[in-house]
Amino acid sequence: MKKTILTTTAMVAGLGMVAGAASAQEVRFMCYSDGNECEVYDDLANRFEADNPGIDVIVDVVPYQAILENLPVQLAAGTGPDLAKVTDLGGLNEYYLDLTDYVDADYWENSFGETLNWYRVGDRQGIYGMHSQLTITGPFVNATLFEQAGIEMPGEGATWDDWATAASAVVEATDADFPMAMDRSGHRVAGPAISYGAKYFDAEGNGSFDGFDAFAEAFVSWNEDGTMARDVWASQGGSTYADAAQEFINGEVVFYYSGSWQVGRMDEQVGDFFDWQVVGSPCGPAGPCSGMPGGAGVVGFEGTENPEAVAAFIDFLAQEDVYAEATARTRNLPAHLGVASAGVEFEDVSPAAQGALNGFAGALPDVSPIAFAYQGYAGNRAMFGITVERVSQAIVGELSVADAMERAASDLEAAMAESQ
Amino acid sequence: MLALQRKLGVNRLAWAFLLPNLILFGLFAFLPVILNVFYAMTGGDNVLLADRPDVGARNFVTLLDCENYLDVNSCREDKFWRAVWNTVRFVILQVGFMVGFALLTAIILNRDIRARGFFRSVFFFPVLLSPVVVALIWKWILQREGVLNAFLDWTGAGGINWLVDAQWAFGWSVFISVWAHMGFYTLILLAGLQAIPRDVYEAALMDRANAWRTFRRITLPLLAPTMLVVLILALIKGVQTFDEVYAFTGGGPGTATTFIIQYIYEEGFAGAPRLFGLAAAASLLVAGVLVVLTLIQLRISRNNVDG
Repeated sequence: MKKTILTTTAMVAGLGMVAGAASAQEVRFMCYSDGNECEVYDDLANRFEADNPGIDVIVDVVPYQAILENLPVQLAAGTGPDLAKVTDLGGLNEYYLDLTDYVDADYWENSFGETLNWYRVGDRQGIYGMHSQLTITGPFVNATLFEQAGIEMPGEGATWDDWATAASAVVEATDADFPMAMDRSGHRVAGPAISYGAKYFDAEGNGSFDGFDAFAEAFVSWNEDGTMARDVWASQGGSTYADAAQEFINGEVVFYYSGSWQVGRMDEQVGDFFDWQVVGSPCGPAGPCSGMPGGAGVVGFEGTENPEAVAAFIDFLAQEDVYAEATARTRNLPAHLGVASAGVEFEDVSPAAQGALNGFAGALPDVSPIAFAYQGYAGNRAMFGITVERVSQAIVGELSVADAMERAASDLEAAMAESQ
Repeated sequence: MLALQRKLGVNRLAWAFLLPNLILFGLFAFLPVILNVFYAMTGGDNVLLADRPDVGARNFVTLLDCENYLDVNSCREDKFWRAVWNTVRFVILQVGFMVGFALLTAIILNRDIRARGFFRSVFFFPVLLSPVVVALIWKWILQREGVLNAFLDWTGAGGINWLVDAQWAFGWSVFISVWAHMGFYTLILLAGLQAIPRDVYEAALMDRANAWRTFRRITLPLLAPTMLVVLILALIKGVQTFDEVYAFTGGGPGTATTFIIQYIYEEGFAGAPRLFGLAAAASLLVAGVLVVLTLIQLRISRNNVDG
């Protein structure tokens, strides 16, 4: 009798488990954080699960490097997650789940506009990604050092040369170590390079380094004469990313060119140490005073077994109220046009940070169309890497600027041939 | 067991015991090598072999296309040749210093000195550290505002930007690698020294041979087989150098400390597009060089034993 009861209980429990497994749709979300994004998404996922019984969203927090290096290999091998937060927006297009059939396409087109194009490549023109954090590159300036030096900060419309001169004068008058610093990233130099005349595309719309040499010349000479902190670009090899945020936070750098995603870090770590502010991207000889847009987005993958659940979750995140909440809590610039036009009250930020975020948002209209197109170009990651490698070689003297540009062009040609 | 032996026979029983290891080895060592050969003959950036177009020997041609192998700027894939020559320079210096210092240390630690056990542990300790930890420790010491520059500033000598200067960065990479791995080779040589019979030294002492003569005529010849093992291991390890230098300098400044394994890693995995074919071809070329070096060393060792 006892044996029969046990067997029956085990069978019922087993059947229950099988039934549960069959009804629950598990969705794995590969997420990386610049700040607290994954924590916020996890919280929002709990709310989504409460509204959608049977869907279980698991947020797997990974380092950014895993998104760059492991995710593409996993996707190619068919073992990727159901959705992820990515930055290689166009580069992973072939794996994206087209959300068009699952969402209100008009709402998405009206809400995300231009950023939807960043996820589209060739004839794959559907709706693929919700741009969760819009970023824009631009300079942080140590206002206290300018004040101590008694030098006036260059105003609106100032050029890169104006800033280089002013920042160098500040260093001479104070204890600061470096007039300027720029992150070691092909993305970061893109805005300034466009201001110097970089076209980034040829007549057929293919990637190109035409016109990049003017900025390369200037940048290399700034690194040689000490205007730029040489450590950032010269002390690394390959296309390794390096930033100069810590040097700026330590008060060693007068003018630091990075981007809006650093605002939280500055707000947290600079504190009362000195006054800092965000100014618009300087102008160049070619005219534009452009930064470079970018950021990250949430995409679903075609390989998922639960496309409806994946699309439902992304659509939930894309709704104006949810998006606005996520933006305020993560302190990122909104790509959602409705949220952007309504304005965002960022949570737990100082007036300086609020001002900085507003400053970055205000610089968006100055972004060159080339920069927007470059951000959406599927081959931009290859171009970013080539830029860093070859410009670094010119900075340390392994190659002349002309040779570096020639090598960059042939690297790009080879990379494009392999990609095709 | 006896029943199994009767059933399979003595020879087959050995295979039965070897089978689990053979399967693991086949799956995780031989199969990847074979796949690597196929990848080297394909192009594109797809991961799956079936999706990759056959390009024959194109990847090898790309790597070997050079007007003058001593002038990397004349090579089509200049990054590969920069990495090759950096590796050659690194291996010569690193293996030379490593074997020299390891031998010297082993000889000293083999003598009857005070706190011998403590010093043996001290020299072996860096071997226990993870390569990334080794790299980070030295990065903290050598960076612009690191411990060494703080000390130099304090003495009034003024700091040096060690990691931005190509020659210094390369030199420190060699030093750190020797520091991190010397203990392992010291231990092997110490074991070799302790295996030399004492009576040979006693006979030399009776013949009034001086210390240098004893070292040259007894220690070195009897230690030669162990030295050869150390040399082969250090050489192979030297060519494979990647993790600690990558974490230490990232291969920079420029490409000053980019070695061949980093080149393979960056082409295959870190860059965009991922050039698995080029990376696989480069790894096969490296494997070929390592096989040749090992065969030469084995030949010399066999000659020594026979002679």
